[in-house]
Amino acid sequence: MTWVIANFSQIWRLTLDHIALSVPPILLGFLLAVPLGWIAHRYKPSRAILLTAGGLLYTVPGIALFISLPVILGTRILDPVNVIVAMTIYAVALLVRTAADAFDAVSGDVRQSSIAVGYGPIRRFFEVELPLAGPVLLSGLRVVSASTVSLVSIGSLIGVSSLGYFFLNGLNRRFPTEIFTGIVGVIVIAVVFDLILVLIGRLLLPWAHVARQREGRGRRATA
Amino acid sequence: MNSFLGALAWLADPANWAGDNGIPIRLLEHLAITGIAVLIAAVIGISLGLFIGHTGRLSFLVVSTTGALRALPTLGLLVLFALWLGVGLAPVIIVLVILAIPPLLAGAYAGVESVDRGTIDAARAVGMTEWQILTRVEIPLGLPIIVGGLRSAVLQVVATATIAAYLPIGGLGRYIFDNLSLRRFEPVFAGAILVTVLALVLEGVFAGIQRLTVPKGVRILRGSPAPYGAGRAARIEPDASPTGSSSDESDPVPPPAHHMQQHPTQ
Repeated sequence: MTWVIANFSQIWRLTLDHIALSVPPILLGFLLAVPLGWIAHRYKPSRAILLTAGGLLYTVPGIALFISLPVILGTRILDPVNVIVAMTIYAVALLVRTAADAFDAVSGDVRQSSIAVGYGPIRRFFEVELPLAGPVLLSGLRVVSASTVSLVSIGSLIGVSSLGYFFLNGLNRRFPTEIFTGIVGVIVIAVVFDLILVLIGRLLLPWAHVARQREGRGRRATA
Repeated sequence: MNSFLGALAWLADPANWAGDNGIPIRLLEHLAITGIAVLIAAVIGISLGLFIGHTGRLSFLVVSTTGALRALPTLGLLVLFALWLGVGLAPVIIVLVILAIPPLLAGAYAGVESVDRGTIDAARAVGMTEWQILTRVEIPLGLPIIVGGLRSAVLQVVATATIAAYLPIGGLGRYIFDNLSLRRFEPVFAGAILVTVLALVLEGVFAGIQRLTVPKGVRILRGSPAPYGAGRAARIEPDASPTGSSSDESDPVPPPAHHMQQHPTQ
């Protein structure tokens, strides 16, 4: 505990580095995956291609991706951009499938009704399909958020600064407290991100929460 | 792109295919580490998952382990165990087993859970014992999803076994960590290519096995336009649909089917 207090400024700096590496992939992944998922949902031939490509990208091991990106992008091997791009690729790969499923799940009747009352394609997407796909998208985003925060620490193996630094340094110095600090830090960031996402969900998708509660109550009543 | 050609040249060099540090040895080490870890995890995870799925007891275990483990940084766990048990194979295997249990557990649970309740009731009605129901109804019908769990466990372990080479053990990760600090990037990049190809091959093999394990009757059902139960029985991808899940308890974590989405890529 004394170590934690004595090194608080370093812990805080690495925590900020970790957050700075985690946030862009989560946001970018979401922004890229939603339109791609919609295309996969809307145009049958594209579905197999997009979902297969996502599945294959998702299969590439993280450390292999970190190392390969500088070669492909022409960046330096220590560039934090590599980590951000790699994590964004994973986020997109994972979320495209979720987004396609989420749009698939929007009831055809509701879609037809919105066409019938005169919604154009753009308005239909933003005011009908996207909100109704919202709860599933959110659950996918929470998975992406947790795994991104945990995976960013691997970047420390190629020298990119994050809480993962404490793992390697703790091993070298044979000092478990330091490793624990890193693990706890990563988990705290993941939990905080998750709470923020849940909160955003409550604000933007209030009906999902209400519907779920009602469903829960109904289930209990019938049980 | 020069490094890419360099890596290919490195891979083509016969010298790198011979000896203790040769590609075949490193590949076998990687597969052995993966195999041992997945085997141990499967004994624990699959039997527990089948028990939970069949009895419906302890189902909170599935949700809590799969959810909590996603945020746990594997590298941190790895170095912690290495410090505790000494550097060697033991900490690596333990961490890989911990990592592989959740997808196996969730796969076995979701596999049994996916079997139509009516089918199970019918089996019970014709006088099958609980053991017969498990082995002759629930496991065969749920097998594609159970194999799906195995598939994500294997991929995750293959990827993580790579970073486990940071502790001096064998496997393809050796090429990466032995050469990274020396700034010899050809073997580093070649190691990354080898691991990626291995992961893709295993992914393909398991996708094939998954397809083969769909019971004949279910396959016919999938082909037919009849909506009768097809929706449930036909879900062979465990991570396919977060919406297809049946038991979505209120909040903190997304539905069980979704829980299968582990990151295979540490």
